[in-house]
Amino acid sequence: MSSYEARFKVWRGDSAGGGLEDFAIEVNEGEVVLDIIHRLQATQAPDLAVRWNCKAGKCGSCSAEINGRPRLMCMTRMSVFGPEEVVTVTPLRAFPVVRDLVTDVGFNYAKAREVPAFVPPEGLGAGEYRMQQVDVDRSQEFRKCIECFLCQDTCHVVRDHEENKGAFAGPRFLMRVAELDMHPLDAAADSGIDRKRAAQDEHGLGYCNITKCCTEVCPEGIKITDNALIPLKERAVDRKYDPLVWLGSRIRRRGK
Amino acid sequence: MATGTDPRPKSGTAPGGGVRDGTRAAIAAAHLRTDRWWLAPAATAAGLLAFVVYSTWRAFANADYYQAPYVSPFYSPCLADNCAPMRSGPNWEIFGNWWGLSPALLILIFPLGFRLTCYYYRKAYYRGFWASPPACAVAEPHKKYSGETRFPLILQNIHRYFFYAAVPVAVILTYDTVLAFRDEHHAWGHMGLGTLVFLVNIALIWAYTLSCHSCRHIVGGKLKHFSKHPVRYRVWQWVGRLNARHMQLAWASLVSVALADFYVYLLASGAFDDPRLF
Repeated sequence: MSSYEARFKVWRGDSAGGGLEDFAIEVNEGEVVLDIIHRLQATQAPDLAVRWNCKAGKCGSCSAEINGRPRLMCMTRMSVFGPEEVVTVTPLRAFPVVRDLVTDVGFNYAKAREVPAFVPPEGLGAGEYRMQQVDVDRSQEFRKCIECFLCQDTCHVVRDHEENKGAFAGPRFLMRVAELDMHPLDAAADSGIDRKRAAQDEHGLGYCNITKCCTEVCPEGIKITDNALIPLKERAVDRKYDPLVWLGSRIRRRGK
Repeated sequence: MATGTDPRPKSGTAPGGGVRDGTRAAIAAAHLRTDRWWLAPAATAAGLLAFVVYSTWRAFANADYYQAPYVSPFYSPCLADNCAPMRSGPNWEIFGNWWGLSPALLILIFPLGFRLTCYYYRKAYYRGFWASPPACAVAEPHKKYSGETRFPLILQNIHRYFFYAAVPVAVILTYDTVLAFRDEHHAWGHMGLGTLVFLVNIALIWAYTLSCHSCRHIVGGKLKHFSKHPVRYRVWQWVGRLNARHMQLAWASLVSVALADFYVYLLASGAFDDPRLF
């Protein structure tokens, strides 16, 4: 099959209102949804707003919802849909819409600023950091994040409950807390920052009910729930809910 | 802010606004998924419900749980006076004769708590029974959501204590499996079809227990520097490989423990005799 005419429904509008508009548009072999959106711009809807950049699944710009599923448009092949299937493309539904397929993802930047940055160990200058690969493996998995915010979009804690946005950082930024807490050189604890306790008390880790949607939609295949959120929950338990760990740490401190 | 990315003032933050919140794209539908998203939560709920019904019946039945040399995993260890006497078996009457209900209820609380607070089962029943959410990007029906921040769900944080309790239970079920290498007259060196059923069951029980996320944390996940603890790192890697199959092991062990119990029930109720292999 070299080319066919596909039926698309694309959400058009802005914060004042809008709706799904029907399009019939040519699709060629090997194309992805973003190619079709670009063809719509070029041929039928020149004012269609869409955010995109690399077309290679690495910049995280072209996040949208395709047939109701949060995905990157540039990484969604048209071949996964049948020629008769209507393809519906909407903006991310967890964030305020700006126009057409563009949303205001500022919530995520606000949450990013709430996570205390990496704390360098005292006495080490630039170029002097040394660490074992096995120690930094876990954090490096999370560094694959391209900040497409699909996990933030699909997480029901904020997607279905706007009122939780103040208290809940979302999977991406809880993963950031985990990344730093597992980092072999992060000296936050020495400077009085308790990332484990903060994950629960300040970033809303307790809101996560580990239903794994963040992991399902991650285009980088990061095991967000199993490798970041659950380990972080266990670390928070160490701090807040485990009397034996608390007792052990008290005894160790007294012995020093 | 220089980048102009400060969040916009919110116009509609009433609880339950969700995807229909005033600032979001005006789409009336709760979701636009076209796949069979309901299949997984429906199948999960049906599977869990079937087990709950079966195990409730068997736990309260207080009958047909011992047929030498097999004891049902639902009734092991048997901690009350009213247990069937099991030769060399797991009879420890620490609750004495005041306990009048089924002895299964005394011990099942531990595996029940372990599975109820398990990170996989939480996902399964939050999705399957509570629709929170029913599936990814499918709006949940609840107006408010506080997750695991408040009582009672904050108690999910005691999962590791149920893990600690699950280990001795698994040890006792291993002992029961060893006892299954006897025949009905308690002579050693024999094996029946039931022995095979018990072997498969105990292998799955151990695999599920050790693949637990809390176990993964305790054996090594809590460490900051793996390089300083090479043995724990190895164990953490091994548990991690099992942990990646935690869902499959959860289901497989749930089915196997029910099948092992049902096998004993069939023998004890006289439905058929255990085929002896040697």
